[in-house]
Amino acid sequence: MNIADFTALSPYLALSASTVITMLVLGFYRNHKITVILTLAGLTLSGICISGSLSVLPRDVTPLLTVDPYAYFFLVLLLLAGFAVTAMSYSYLEKHEGHREEFYLLLMLALLGCAVLTAATHFASFFLGIELLSVSLYALAAYFRHSDRSVEAGVKYLILAAVSSAFILFGMALIYAETGSLAFAEIASRVAGAQVRHLPYLSGVTMIIVGLGFKLAVVPFHLWTPDVYEGAPAPVTAFIATASKGAVFALLLRYFTRIDLHAQEALVVIITIIAVASMFIGNLLALLQTNVKRILAYSSISHLGYLLVTILASGPVARIAAAFYLSAYFITTLGAFGVVTVLSGPDRDADQMDDYRGLVWRRPLLASVFTAMLFSLAGIPLTAGFIGKFYIVAAGVGSALWLVVIVLAINSVIGLYYYLRIIIVLFAPVEQKLQREPGLSRSSSIALVSLTVLLVWLGVYPGPAIELIKVTMQSIL
Amino acid sequence: MTLLWLIIIPLLGGLAAWILGRDNNTAARWISLVALTLDCVLLAILWLGFSFQPEIGQGRWLIEWNQAWIPQLGISFHLAMDGLSFILVALTLFLGIISVICSWTEIRERVGFFHMNLLWILAGILGVFLALDLFLFYFFWELMLVPMYFLIYIWGHENRVYASLKFFIFTQAGGLFMLLSILALYFIHGGNTGIYTFDYNLLLGTSLTPSTAFWIMAGFLIAFIVKLPVVPFHPWLPDAHTEAPTAGSVILAGLLLKTGAYGLLRFVMPLFPSAAAAIAPTMLGLAVIGIIYGAILAFGQSDLKRLVAYTSVSHMGFVLLGIFAGSATALSGSVMQMVAHGVSTGALFIVVGMIQKRTHTREMGQMGGFWDMAPRLSGVGLVFALASLGLPGFGNFIAEFLVLIGSFRMHAVVTVFAASGFVLAAIYSLWIVQRVFQGEKRDDVHIADLTGRETGMMAALIIVIIWIGFFPRMVLKPVEPVIQAAGSSAFQENPVQIEGGGE
Repeated sequence: MNIADFTALSPYLALSASTVITMLVLGFYRNHKITVILTLAGLTLSGICISGSLSVLPRDVTPLLTVDPYAYFFLVLLLLAGFAVTAMSYSYLEKHEGHREEFYLLLMLALLGCAVLTAATHFASFFLGIELLSVSLYALAAYFRHSDRSVEAGVKYLILAAVSSAFILFGMALIYAETGSLAFAEIASRVAGAQVRHLPYLSGVTMIIVGLGFKLAVVPFHLWTPDVYEGAPAPVTAFIATASKGAVFALLLRYFTRIDLHAQEALVVIITIIAVASMFIGNLLALLQTNVKRILAYSSISHLGYLLVTILASGPVARIAAAFYLSAYFITTLGAFGVVTVLSGPDRDADQMDDYRGLVWRRPLLASVFTAMLFSLAGIPLTAGFIGKFYIVAAGVGSALWLVVIVLAINSVIGLYYYLRIIIVLFAPVEQKLQREPGLSRSSSIALVSLTVLLVWLGVYPGPAIELIKVTMQSIL
Repeated sequence: MTLLWLIIIPLLGGLAAWILGRDNNTAARWISLVALTLDCVLLAILWLGFSFQPEIGQGRWLIEWNQAWIPQLGISFHLAMDGLSFILVALTLFLGIISVICSWTEIRERVGFFHMNLLWILAGILGVFLALDLFLFYFFWELMLVPMYFLIYIWGHENRVYASLKFFIFTQAGGLFMLLSILALYFIHGGNTGIYTFDYNLLLGTSLTPSTAFWIMAGFLIAFIVKLPVVPFHPWLPDAHTEAPTAGSVILAGLLLKTGAYGLLRFVMPLFPSAAAAIAPTMLGLAVIGIIYGAILAFGQSDLKRLVAYTSVSHMGFVLLGIFAGSATALSGSVMQMVAHGVSTGALFIVVGMIQKRTHTREMGQMGGFWDMAPRLSGVGLVFALASLGLPGFGNFIAEFLVLIGSFRMHAVVTVFAASGFVLAAIYSLWIVQRVFQGEKRDDVHIADLTGRETGMMAALIIVIIWIGFFPRMVLKPVEPVIQAAGSSAFQENPVQIEGGGE
C-alpha cells in the first residue's frame, strides 16, 4: 500500500477512526451531546476526505476493494443518511431513559459496514461488510431493551440475517468451487471463458440473490420487514430502510454489472419475478395496513421492486436511473421516518394514524414535510420521486421491458391510494380550536428542512445532479 | 419569457396568499385577485402584439420561449402559444378570476391555503396549455391534480374523501399510460434519428409503423378521454363535481375537462394522424353514447349539482364528436364548445353554489318558487339554463350547431343521433328551471337575492356567453390557422370557411 492507496481509503479510515475515538471518549466521559457532536464530526471528516481524494480515483486498493467514483457516490449518500439519522436520533433519544451514547457507536459501525459494501469487489470484503452491518443492526433494532417490541424486532432481524448470511456463504462457496476465484473480475472472466459448469454456478448466484434479497426485503424474502420496521426505534428503521438497503443495492448493481447479468437468461427471469412480485405484494399489502410504520415498510418493499427494474434494464441510462432513484428514495425515506421520529414520544413511536390526524393544522411545517415526502414516494411532480420514477420508466421502456414497466405503472396507481390515505389523515379537519404545539428541536428541523429542500431541488432542477451521477456511473465499467 | 411569467405569477401569488393569508383572510383573496389580474394584463399585452393571420413562412407559434431544463434527457422548458392556446389561456384566467370572486364568502376556513391551491391549479392548467415539451406537458398535467385533490378534499361537501380519491386515482392512472407512450415515442424517435428529445416540434415527424402508432396513441388517448371524460371513463366526474366547493366545480368543468380536449387536438391528432383516423369511428360512437347517456342521467338526478355535472358529460360528447368528425367546421365547433361550455356550465355551478349556500341543500325536491324571493338569481339561472340547452344567441348554440353541420356531411347517422342531444338538453334544462325557480313556493325555504358582488360576477359571465354567441369570430378567428393546419394534415376535406355572426 502506498500513499495513494491510503488517500483513496481515507474516507473509510476516517469513519473507523472516529468510531474508535468516540468509543474511547465514552470510556472517560459520558455525555449525549458530545457523542453526537463527535459522530457528526466523524461524518464530516469522512466527507472532507472524499472531496480531497477524488484525484487518485479509480484505484484498486488491495484485491479486496475498488475505490472508484461509483463507491464514493454511494458513500456520500450513506454519509447523508448518517447525518440525518444522527440529527433525528438526538432529540428522539433525549426523550428516552437509559444509556444513549452507544447508539451512535453502533450507528457508525453499521455505516462503516455499508461503506465497505459500496467498494467491495471481492467476496471477502463483501461478506465482511454484510456482517459488520448486520451485527450492528441486531443491537440497534433491540436498542430499547425494556421494550418487548424492540427486542422482538432485534431477535427477528438476528435470525433472518443469520439465515441470509448462511445463504450468501453457501453461494460464495459454490461459485468459488466452480471458478476458483473470489474476486468479481476474475469470476466474470472465467464465466465468460465458459470454463464453468452452469448448474452449480447458477445455484451459487441464486443463493447470493436469496441472501441479498433478505437484506433488500424483496418478495418472497420480505416477511421480516413489517415487524422489524414497526418494532425498531424509528431512527433505526430509517437507517435500515435507507443506508442498509442502499449499500446492498449498490453492491448488487456492481456485481451484476461485472458478471453481466444479461448473459444468464435464468437470472434475468428470477429477477423479473422478484421485481414484479415485490411491486404487487408490497403495494397490495400496504393497502391493508393501519400502522404508518408498517405502511412505509410495505411501500419500501415495492420501491425496491421498482429499483430492480434498473438492474433488468441495460445500458448507461439504467445505471443513472438506479443511482438517481436511490438518491430520491434516500431523501424521501429519511424525511418520512424523520417525521415519525420527531412525533414519537418516550412511551411509543408515533405509528398510529390517529397520531397524524389534522397534523397540518397543529404543526404545519412537519405536516408539509411529510406531505412532500409522501408525494415523492407516489411520484408526483416537483419532487425527486417524480424524476426518479420517470427515469426508471425511461430505462425500462428503453430496454423494451414492457411487462415490468406496465406492472410498475399499475402499481404506481395502487400505491397512490395508501399514500393519499395518509395525506387525508394529515389534512383531516379537526374540531377543537387550533393549538400550535411546541416547536421542533433545532437539529431535527434543520435535518427535515434540508431534506425537503433537496427533494424539491432534485424535482425541479435535476440537471446538475444527473450530470454528476452520469459521470460517476461511467466509472463502474 | 412572458409565457413563463404567465405561469410563475400565479405560483408566487399562491405562495404569498398562503403565507400572508394565514391570519388575514381578505389579504389572501385580494392577493389572488391581483395575481390573476396581472396575468390578464400580460396576456392583453401579448394579444395586442399578435396578428392571428400568420404569413406564409412564419412559424406557426405566435410566441415561443425555449430553455434547456434537463439537457441529459433532451428535456427543455419549451413554452409556446398559438391561437388555440391563447383562447384557452384567456378562458383560464377569466374563470380563475370568477372562481376567486365566487369563493369570496363561501370559503371561510383556511382561506390562505385555499387560494394557494386555487392559484396552483390555474398555474398547472396554464402550463398544460402552453407546454411544447412532452415531458413538461406531463409535468404540468400531473401538477394540476394535487391542488385540485386538496381543494375537493379539504373544502368539499359530505362525501369528499371518496370523491377526491376517485378523482385523483382515475386521472393519475390515465396519466401514467400517457407517460409510457411519451417515453415510447421518445425512444423510437431517438432510435430513428439519434436525437433523443421530448420536443413537440421535433417529435411531430416521427415515422412509426401503424401498429406502434396505434399503441402509442392509445396511451395518450386514455389520459385525455379520462379527463374529457368519455363514457365509460366518466365515473369520477359526477362525484368530483358534486363534492367540490363551487370554485372547484367551476375549474373542473370549465378548465380541467378542456385540458383533455386540448390534448386530443394538440397531441393525438398531429402526432398520430392515421392512427387517430383509424380510431375515429369508435370515438364517434362513444361521443354519441356520451351525449345521450349524459343527458338521460342528468334528467334522472334529484341533486341539482349532480345534474349539472352530468350535463357536462353530454356536452363534452359534442367536443369529442367535433374533434373526430374529420372536418374543419366540426373542429372549430369543438373549440367553440370548449369555451362556451366552460363559461355556461361554470356559471351554472356558481348558481347552484349560491343556492346551496342560502338553503343548505342541493336536493331539488326541497326547492321551488325561488323566482318571487330571488328574481335576479332566478333570472341568471334561467339565462344559463337556456344557454346550456343551446338557444340561438348563446355561444353554445354556435358550437353545437357547427359540430353538427360539420359532421353531418361525413357521418350522417351519427349526427342524427347526436342532434337528439339538443332535445334532451332542452328537457333537462327546462326541468331545472321549472323545479327550482318556478313551481310552488315553499313556506319553509327563504332565499336571499344576489348581492352586488354576485350580480357583477354573473353579469360578466352573461356578457361573455352572449358576446361569443353574437360574435363567434372572436373565438374562431384566432384558432382558424390552427384548425387549418390540423385539417391539412389529418383530413382530406377542404376546410369550410366559417362565416361570422350567429343571427
